[in-house]
Amino acid sequence: MTVATELELQSFVLLRLGDRRFALAARYIAELVAPSRIFRFPHQTPKVEGVILRRGRIIPVCDVGDILIGKSILSRRFYLLAVRNYGFQRVSGSVLTNPEPRKEWVAIPVTGECELINAEITPAGESEPHHVSGWLSHNGEVIEVLNIDALTPGPAQTPTHRPVPSYVEARP
Amino acid sequence: MAYAAAKPSSPSRSEQIILFRVSGQLFAISSASVQEVRSVDSLAGASAEISVPSLKKVRHTLQRGEKPFFVVNGAAHFGLPQTPGALVFVLHRTRTALLVDGIEKMTSMTRLQSLPQAFCRDERAWYRGLTALDQMVVPVVSPDGFLTEHEISLLDSVIAEQQPPADTDTQVTQ
Repeated sequence: MTVATELELQSFVLLRLGDRRFALAARYIAELVAPSRIFRFPHQTPKVEGVILRRGRIIPVCDVGDILIGKSILSRRFYLLAVRNYGFQRVSGSVLTNPEPRKEWVAIPVTGECELINAEITPAGESEPHHVSGWLSHNGEVIEVLNIDALTPGPAQTPTHRPVPSYVEARP
Repeated sequence: MAYAAAKPSSPSRSEQIILFRVSGQLFAISSASVQEVRSVDSLAGASAEISVPSLKKVRHTLQRGEKPFFVVNGAAHFGLPQTPGALVFVLHRTRTALLVDGIEKMTSMTRLQSLPQAFCRDERAWYRGLTALDQMVVPVVSPDGFLTEHEISLLDSVIAEQQPPADTDTQVTQ
């Protein structure tokens, strides 16, 4: 393998939802935790199941099963805690005062083991769904690379552009 | 050499809250937001019916001072299964009285976490945030989140329509 090829490889976490596997850039991943009690309360946002409490932090659980595999994820092995970018903080109406993006953790239920791999990403085309940032090939399987910002709910102004940002710190 | 005295760590600020239930769901509200707690039975003579088809969560008004309070059915507001409701919280600095099933307990919270950004619909107005109490997560309701300005205007206009003009009788008898 040449040096040039090595530089194009990125780290991804492979996650399983039902019979399918998906990939998420490793820089988005904060933690992989065992399922814990979900606290539910009335709300109107689709795809948000409730929240979990993790070391004093309250984290929303986003069921992305409907989008990715066409059904809710009932049997879950882990929660993948990922960093979600919610755009820029707005203060006093619409004036942008903070150039730093606002990031928070979200919990994604997964149904099987996760695996860390290095692979080369092929960016998704314009016709692909926004939650797909690209594709990678691993052991003969072509796997969707997910864009967590487009996959999980958030305010309408949240950027969902591709490709994924080059750097996201796992500390909201 | 003298050293400055170490600053005492600032005591964590706590806020008194009331934990209450609506249709089995636990909520919290700042006790400072609650002006009065009344049982439904005690309101028989002080309330009046109101009917706004587009706002079914309000069925009664409660006269307190110059302006009426609008009794918001907590279960209807949050989209929960209907329950009879036993208590009414008259909320400070609002026109809202909240119908709830009962009070769980009074306690205090030391930390209020803002509602995660993943929640992006009407609940952002409903809640001030979330708090963790005894390894549970409880939503803390916003007193202003039960009725919008538009809804209050609508209810006021319905009340105004229901009240006959003061000189109606005089005109009829003339």
